[in-house]
Amino acid sequence: MTAAVPALPHCRPTDRPRTPSYPPGGGCPTSPPERVISVLDLAALDPGALAPLVVHAEPWINFDVGLLVDRFWANTINGLAYGSVYALIALGYTLVYGVLQLINFAHSEIFVIGVFGVYLTFVALGFEPGAIPNLPLAAIILDLVLAGLVAMAVAGLAAIGLERVAYRPLRRRNAPRLAFLITAIGASFVIQQVIRIWRGSNPEGTIRLLPPSPAFTIFGAPVTNLQIVIILASIAMFVVTDRFVNGSRLGRGIRAVAQDPATATLMGVNRERVITITFLVGGVLAGVAALFYLMTIPQGAVYNGGFLLGIKAFTAAVLGGIGNLRGALLGGLILGVAENYGQSLFGGDWRDVVAFVLLVLVLMFRPTGILGESLARARA
Amino acid sequence: MIRRRLAAAGALVAAVALVLSGCANQEGGQQQGGGPQAGAPAQPSDAVLPAGNGQGRCAPGTSIGYAGTIAGQNAALGIAIVNAAQLAVDQHNQANPNCQVTLVRADTGGTPDTATGPVTALINNPQVLGLVGLPFSGESRAVGPALNAAGIVNITPSATNPGLTQNGWTNFFRGLGNDAVQGPAIGRYIQQRLNAQKVCIIKDDSDYGIGLAGTVTQALGPAASCQVDVKTNQREFSAVIGQVQQQAPQAIFYSGYYQEAAPLIQQLRDAGVQTTFIGPDGVKDEQYVVNAAGSADGSLLSCPCVPQEGFTDFSNAYRQAFGVAPQTYSAESYDATTILLRGLDQGIADRPGLLNHVRNYNGQGLTKRFQWGPTGELTNTPVWMYRVQGNTIVTDTQIG
Repeated sequence: MTAAVPALPHCRPTDRPRTPSYPPGGGCPTSPPERVISVLDLAALDPGALAPLVVHAEPWINFDVGLLVDRFWANTINGLAYGSVYALIALGYTLVYGVLQLINFAHSEIFVIGVFGVYLTFVALGFEPGAIPNLPLAAIILDLVLAGLVAMAVAGLAAIGLERVAYRPLRRRNAPRLAFLITAIGASFVIQQVIRIWRGSNPEGTIRLLPPSPAFTIFGAPVTNLQIVIILASIAMFVVTDRFVNGSRLGRGIRAVAQDPATATLMGVNRERVITITFLVGGVLAGVAALFYLMTIPQGAVYNGGFLLGIKAFTAAVLGGIGNLRGALLGGLILGVAENYGQSLFGGDWRDVVAFVLLVLVLMFRPTGILGESLARARA
Repeated sequence: MIRRRLAAAGALVAAVALVLSGCANQEGGQQQGGGPQAGAPAQPSDAVLPAGNGQGRCAPGTSIGYAGTIAGQNAALGIAIVNAAQLAVDQHNQANPNCQVTLVRADTGGTPDTATGPVTALINNPQVLGLVGLPFSGESRAVGPALNAAGIVNITPSATNPGLTQNGWTNFFRGLGNDAVQGPAIGRYIQQRLNAQKVCIIKDDSDYGIGLAGTVTQALGPAASCQVDVKTNQREFSAVIGQVQQQAPQAIFYSGYYQEAAPLIQQLRDAGVQTTFIGPDGVKDEQYVVNAAGSADGSLLSCPCVPQEGFTDFSNAYRQAFGVAPQTYSAESYDATTILLRGLDQGIADRPGLLNHVRNYNGQGLTKRFQWGPTGELTNTPVWMYRVQGNTIVTDTQIG
């Protein structure tokens, strides 16, 4: 069976492929005919010239107002619950930015470390992937709290370790800000790949202690026990963090360094200690987010699971005003809800587009985000 | 003062959590016994096997390549393929002392944007004469021009997008049925066996997912009344589920890979949507069942792959080598590797020779007869339906 031989439109000696097995000698490769490489003309190497794998038959964008109205409350509730996770991660970005003016891109990996902390605690407690365990409720809550505490500890320590290894040496040498940014991205890759080598690239088996079940309905939209716990606990965590930064002695140090590092040092604030604490708080919050995330998405324990969430959380932080704690909370919740509205209104392809268009619109009118950019001035 | 407030807030949270979680009901995981496995074909008596006649002769260092995901996206699908290729090479080398072939692995990461580098490395390795892979359609399209220009023969054991054979590539051969075969077979199954007149088609944003969703939609005609999109790496599907709930379909077809399908089916079942769920070959993997944790029970999974439990010699050897039963497309990969090895045994020592060998090949494999048409497509390719039963994927029936 011989294949059809395409014509040779651009047969020049230079068109020969550089494979060692190619028969020597000049001229056009007319024999054997199978060896014709007509695709070497550059147009054929352009992927745009290939036959499309996909022919779109449906409209490229929907405008389904009916669905948006119909699903409004369900989308709102689900969006608030998922947005709470964004908000908790966003707090980590915002805190570090506020103090160091550094976008800590490795924060998403600190979150993933927290996720694995939760997962491995479950495993250590004797849970196995698959069936939902039949345990008394008190035991489940205890297990979840324990897993959460482990995640907070692990993620907090990882954040401090990251700061020590990646950022402190740069700070000692007065490195330019760009070096910090590149280091952050590099650290992110390193942590991600270390987890991949350690745990493999498949998601960990699903362990779910608490299956969601509707507790009550708001305007016909069910609210699950899980969502109530997540929303309330996230807001509580936010309140605690807010009180810590705006009300405590250590928080005053954080705000002082954010305002003016040099003066704060002159006034007796230990800058290095403040930075360590800032990373610790960000990591602990990422640990809490990890627990809630794994409760919502039990398939989430995978090495690259933090990438998308990290981007979304960073977006949330910028949306609300990076460097501003309340902004992070507001940004996270708005982003979670907007994504869902966008998916219902325009279709799933537009989920992320809606989030980023919203971001651009907000930044056009309020360049520092909805609540402005000031950890230093965010007073109670 | 602050400490007391913190403690109060913590106590409040704990109390609320305790009260609310009281509403949770506990369900034990369902376990069902494995039923009889219907109609899996036995090994054809004239199947060509990697060992050959033991008289193979080739130069030392002769290699074939595998390019595909090993540790990247949806890695389990790639591992099932590279393992089977390795098994074929090992069996061949054991039987042919005068022809020791090496399998060179290139991890493409499974996505079009990460595939180019590893594949270029294979192309630049002069000892690699032929290629098994790439598993996925999107990455196959991305590296196809380079492979074609290098004249390196390329047999894919699993990429199903029909467009891949329409680029005039002279080196590309598909070892299975494409989605223009699978799509209509799924459509017929949904309409005739499931009697569903209203079907939701949920697709991801991969070339494979969109292409297959298109052929299924076409086959279903007006019955494909709702179209929903999800994104690769999406894990939270509440808005998708809302769309499905509003439409109340009689069947859901998911066109994509298992990484998104597992959380999707779990969240669908959690939300109380018990509609029959059908997935394609990209979902047919043990990882889907494991990650969905019980929610996958009853899912139907179509695949242009042939059930492997009837190929006892192959299955046992695979299990012995890798500790698990062969997975999706393992047998297809084994066949593809065998075809390349047969050529090398004949003393073919360059890429054009091996390309010519594959082009003129006519032989029975484990899974089907291999004789390619001018574009690199096979005629007469089977499609099977599988079913998740408890925690295992069992063979249901041949659907095309």
